[in-house]
Amino acid sequence: MRTSPSLLSLTIDSAVLNLSNIADLSPLPDHIVIDLFLRTLRAGKLTEKVLKLFIDTGKDEVFSLIQALNIQVTLTPVLPTTIKDDEVDIVIGALRSDLTTFMNEWRPMFSRFHLIIVKDPDLKEELKIPEGFNLDVYGKPDMDQVVGSSTSILFSGYSCRYFGYLVSRKKYIISVDDDCLPAQDPKGFLVDAVAQHISNLTNPATPFFFNTLYDPYAEGADFVRGYPFSLRGGVKCALSCGLWLNLADHDAPTQALKARQRNSRYVDAVMTVPARSLVPISGINIAFEREAVGPALVPALKLAGEGKCRWETMEDIWSGLCVKVVCDHLGLGVKTGLPYIWRTDRGDPIASLKKEWEGVKLMEEVIPFFQSVRLPREATTVEECIVEVANSVKERLGSMDPVFARAAKAMLDWVKLWQSVGSSSSRSSAV
Amino acid sequence: MAEPATATQAAAPAVSLLKDELDIVIPTIRNLDFLEMWRPFFQPYHLIIVQDGDPSKTIKVPEGFDYELYNRNDINRILGPKASCISFKDSACRCFGYMVSKKKYIFTIDDDCFYLGFCYYGQKLNPLIVLMGDLDTLVQICVAKDPSGKAINALEQHIKNLLSPSTPFFFNTLYDPFREGADFVRGYPFSLREGVPTAASHGLWLNIPDYDAPTQLVKPLERNTRYVDAVLTIPKGTLFPMCGMNLAFNRELIGPAMYFGLMGDGQPIGRYDDMWAGWCTKVICDHLGLGVKTGLPYIFHSKASNPFVNLRKEYKGIYWQEEIIPFFQQAVLPKDCTTVQKCYIELAKQVKEKLSKVDPYFDKLADAMVTWIEAWDELNPTGPVPNGKAA
Repeated sequence: MRTSPSLLSLTIDSAVLNLSNIADLSPLPDHIVIDLFLRTLRAGKLTEKVLKLFIDTGKDEVFSLIQALNIQVTLTPVLPTTIKDDEVDIVIGALRSDLTTFMNEWRPMFSRFHLIIVKDPDLKEELKIPEGFNLDVYGKPDMDQVVGSSTSILFSGYSCRYFGYLVSRKKYIISVDDDCLPAQDPKGFLVDAVAQHISNLTNPATPFFFNTLYDPYAEGADFVRGYPFSLRGGVKCALSCGLWLNLADHDAPTQALKARQRNSRYVDAVMTVPARSLVPISGINIAFEREAVGPALVPALKLAGEGKCRWETMEDIWSGLCVKVVCDHLGLGVKTGLPYIWRTDRGDPIASLKKEWEGVKLMEEVIPFFQSVRLPREATTVEECIVEVANSVKERLGSMDPVFARAAKAMLDWVKLWQSVGSSSSRSSAV
Repeated sequence: MAEPATATQAAAPAVSLLKDELDIVIPTIRNLDFLEMWRPFFQPYHLIIVQDGDPSKTIKVPEGFDYELYNRNDINRILGPKASCISFKDSACRCFGYMVSKKKYIFTIDDDCFYLGFCYYGQKLNPLIVLMGDLDTLVQICVAKDPSGKAINALEQHIKNLLSPSTPFFFNTLYDPFREGADFVRGYPFSLREGVPTAASHGLWLNIPDYDAPTQLVKPLERNTRYVDAVLTIPKGTLFPMCGMNLAFNRELIGPAMYFGLMGDGQPIGRYDDMWAGWCTKVICDHLGLGVKTGLPYIFHSKASNPFVNLRKEYKGIYWQEEIIPFFQQAVLPKDCTTVQKCYIELAKQVKEKLSKVDPYFDKLADAMVTWIEAWDELNPTGPVPNGKAA
């Protein structure tokens, strides 16, 4: 005859069913916590959140169980996506040779996708990349083969990633700097930056009218009262700019002045940058639809003293302004906000400041220029738009500083290169 | 210049910033019980209460507040024939309070809004709030945002927003660069880092979101639980839907533009008062080089209005806004409009010219806009005037 279950057993069973309502397990005696843990496992109810609940009790037996059973956190994407994994390329510009930590930390988010790793041609050492990824690596020999060794387009430093954009054949590209790691949200969970970027790109953008509740397509949000219905369909989002916790993307003077300032504010929002509003798009954490705006991301503005710290570059800012102007003209959207990534401390802003002021000064000319650029109605493709901008740069900025004349030429060469290499189906062999 | 708030200042009734320079304008038609909740934050300030509806009804103001109260009879007496521009049976009547105020700043709030932290003050949980949401979420909102349990002082945040510059000419991806812990990002030109004066601060709402009637009907249970810890400047040339539930502005900089239109009794439209004021305000701010911020502070919006009633009020607006918004997006003000009043009169002219064909209502509205400015100038001759009390 079966003995009826004890009251304790019934309670623990009930607890398994109500795990989502329990905030703290530490008051429970050890043996009950263990029993609860095992029953949770048996019931198949172990999620990352529940695991954290048990870990937070601080009980040794829980830890040894976790180790013994080899329980590991595997990340599932935060948001369900309708993107097929083979529509995405993750492009990483390698400015450092040892990518082991970087790749391992990003493994849960990256491993589903194909990666393109482009080695900075100035980097002498061999790249160290851990196993288990589906990737192609490109270096200087590939660049020479594809674009020829004499070209105004330089893929050195942070600009090496543009080579990856060129040779990719996927619809979407996601790109993060090699000194960034996954961030944690305020609840302590790892942010799946890839999934968030994909979500940003696959949901419409709303550049023509500002929604005060930010992204109307986010769960739990919508368009507010007063938002015209005709604009609620939105437009395609061509570019998604993410943000950074810890070391924010400040310029050298600002970072030097506020040496200890770190960005700890997690702003839980995605929003569309309004049309005709310019924005400094940082290349540290971006994603875009290659098919929609690929050629607009131009490796053009190369500072004379450009270096290997972001403080010493403006290439992404220039590129971003081109993209925004083109998107505004073609009726495409640019989003900013989530996802956050964690940017590790690196470099010395004061040393950068001593080396490189040029970028900061140039912005004073660059911004008014882009604010006044008007593209003709006849420019209906991204390539045509970039050619127009390039000509405008040559005309109006070329005489101001040779860096602009070079940028204009690089943009024109880039468009030609994109048309011959970027859209064809041939691919150069990996290193 | 107010000092930046510190953690200790944010504790209970803190140092009152601008208490002699700010009026709190509240439109009401039912009662003012909600003032009890706000007492720690509002008591130092002068209140201007605009009583809508039946003037013979007495609205009781809780003890201890310094206030003036105006009902319809007062409005008629003070403005005479110009009283026609002030709406009746609609919270749009609040703009009368802006007109009679003598202070530099205005904060306006609805009588069904509470500050966050109310539900955290443990023992006296409002059962209605508990019923409406899952307790964990509510407590998390309060505890997560203010872990020490301190109530979020909406007024204090509005004041911070108004006293720090706006940056409408270039978007800062880290949002308000003047907030503690933030700054301008790389690529932001130094010449634009000084910013421009902030004319208005638009706060947001947790719990019942400010949706239009169709959205409310489709999503009756949706609650805004996302606390977005940001203040940002709305870029120049971009319009937005301004909600009057949680709004503060610099009366000296933009006051005359805050006319809330003809709504309510006898009018074909309602629930577009704040929208109208917001579009006019933004166009004028863009023209005069002033800034408008949106984002923090959040207030807790407790009462959901009836979506069917709302639909009847908004119905025309939903169609008209398709014309109104392109109108405002394309509106250009001539260079010689150098004051808010001149800009507003010019806008009124353009409304009459371009929107009357949409509906004769806009003809009336354009006239009311002019009347409003005339009344404003009459009650606010140039030069400071001491604050008076309602007779």
